[in-house]
Amino acid sequence: MAYSEKVKDHYTNPRNVGEIENASGVGTVGNAKCGDIMRMYLDIDDKTHIIKDCKFKTFGCGAAVATSSMATEMVKGKTIEEALKVTNKAVMEALDGLPPIKVHCSLLAEEAIHAALWDYAEKHNIKIEGLKKPVNDIEELEEDEF
Amino acid sequence: MGKLIYMDNAATTFVDKRVLDAMTPYLTDRCFNPSSIYDGAQDVHADLDNARATIAKTLNASDREIYFTACGTESDNWAIKGVAHANADKGKHLITSKIEHHAVLHSMAALEKEGYEVTYLDVDENGFVSVDALDKAIRPDTVLVSIMYANNEIGTIEPIKEIAEVCHKHNVYFHVDAVQAYAHLPIDVKELGIDMLSASGHKFNAMKGTGFLYIKKGTKIQNFMDGGAQEFKKRAGTENVAGIIGMAKATEIAHSEMKERMEHETKIRDYMIDRILKEIPYSKLNGDRVKRLSNNLNIGFEFIEGESMLLALNDLGVCASSGSACTSGSLDPSHVLLAIGLPHEKAHGSLRLTVSHETTMDDAKLVCDNLPKIVERLRSMSPLYEDFVKKNK
Repeated sequence: MAYSEKVKDHYTNPRNVGEIENASGVGTVGNAKCGDIMRMYLDIDDKTHIIKDCKFKTFGCGAAVATSSMATEMVKGKTIEEALKVTNKAVMEALDGLPPIKVHCSLLAEEAIHAALWDYAEKHNIKIEGLKKPVNDIEELEEDEF
Repeated sequence: MGKLIYMDNAATTFVDKRVLDAMTPYLTDRCFNPSSIYDGAQDVHADLDNARATIAKTLNASDREIYFTACGTESDNWAIKGVAHANADKGKHLITSKIEHHAVLHSMAALEKEGYEVTYLDVDENGFVSVDALDKAIRPDTVLVSIMYANNEIGTIEPIKEIAEVCHKHNVYFHVDAVQAYAHLPIDVKELGIDMLSASGHKFNAMKGTGFLYIKKGTKIQNFMDGGAQEFKKRAGTENVAGIIGMAKATEIAHSEMKERMEHETKIRDYMIDRILKEIPYSKLNGDRVKRLSNNLNIGFEFIEGESMLLALNDLGVCASSGSACTSGSLDPSHVLLAIGLPHEKAHGSLRLTVSHETTMDDAKLVCDNLPKIVERLRSMSPLYEDFVKKNK
């Protein structure tokens, strides 16, 4: 399996691992059956809607850890609207690509961010433009995405 | 990175220097076709006969019962499809287990597409096939039972003699996939009652692309390859002479050193199992503790995923393998670990280390010293572990 140097760097030294106490939003996606579970914690400024902090925990392979790590780096400091533009493609490109069978991992990272944002929106009773209710079971997504 | 610590000997082994030396002449100044008539070629033919005899002797078989193939997978395909096709008039039912290698399972699946019926026997939590269940599964139209000698993932050694007795009671052929066991433990086909046995050279320090199938005299089996007269007209094709000579040398060495190798491997295996289970909480040995290959340890670590463990070990120069989905190229974890009853998340967190006679105690210590740190780090970033800790607060 050929992982890029960036992927190797991110699974060896993952950024932003951990939890955020009283997080503004938390999202968990994936399932143990397919072997990947991701949880994202967001700390969001209620006024500016800027993501001040982002942390993650991941059960999964090297690609899953690396995409989680990269995704947290990419949404940190961004507004909610900007964070929604961090797609799985963007995360993958930032990592210099993933092996074909690992593409679903990058999908999971995008889903985890969306799930955490959805949680934030529900807690604050707001509607985030362009955010769909997250799918918890990643396998449902794959049929369409590949 | 320092020294390479190779603990993936169930995947493949390094070619022994003595094996390479034995092979070299057949690739250089003795590179004749053994079917040719001149002296040099006939000498090579005689060497091939000797290689066959060497292998036959290790199994207590006759020379005529050893057929050279290109790999263990070919041997499995030939045994299963060859017997099924040749005995279709007698019946079209076959029996195997759920923990066989894909070479067996996919051969069975191919026969199912042709209209054969296959019974896949369950195994217990340690991976053992039930002899009673087999007895009950055999029908009047059953022609073949195929059960592996020892499992490639969890190392469990099946009750081969008892299985053979049941097969013969019902007059059914018994094939054994011994790819992981042959040349690693003593096998006597006569004493055990085995009709066919598959082996692969690269699992015992010979080169890849070598293997053989033992076929008991009198077994009704279709030819595998049509063509020349090689392999008693059953498996045509110019012989992989150097590979075969090397395989015979490798098995000769393995059998002469077998006792010492097994003792050495068992010592290292048990040292590692004891330390890992003691030092890492929520870890469990997969497969039987006693009836297992001397070189195999397979341990499940809860809350973490196998591939990330392999990557961390790789950074230390340790070569290992896992039953996780990510290493199998599909989304499902190992069928063997699922068959012994592990839930998906636990099956994803397995680690297989297969040592050899060349593994040192220092290698074992290095792995055992580092594994707790690796597991702890991965758990600290696992949402499953976080949930578990919160629940048990």
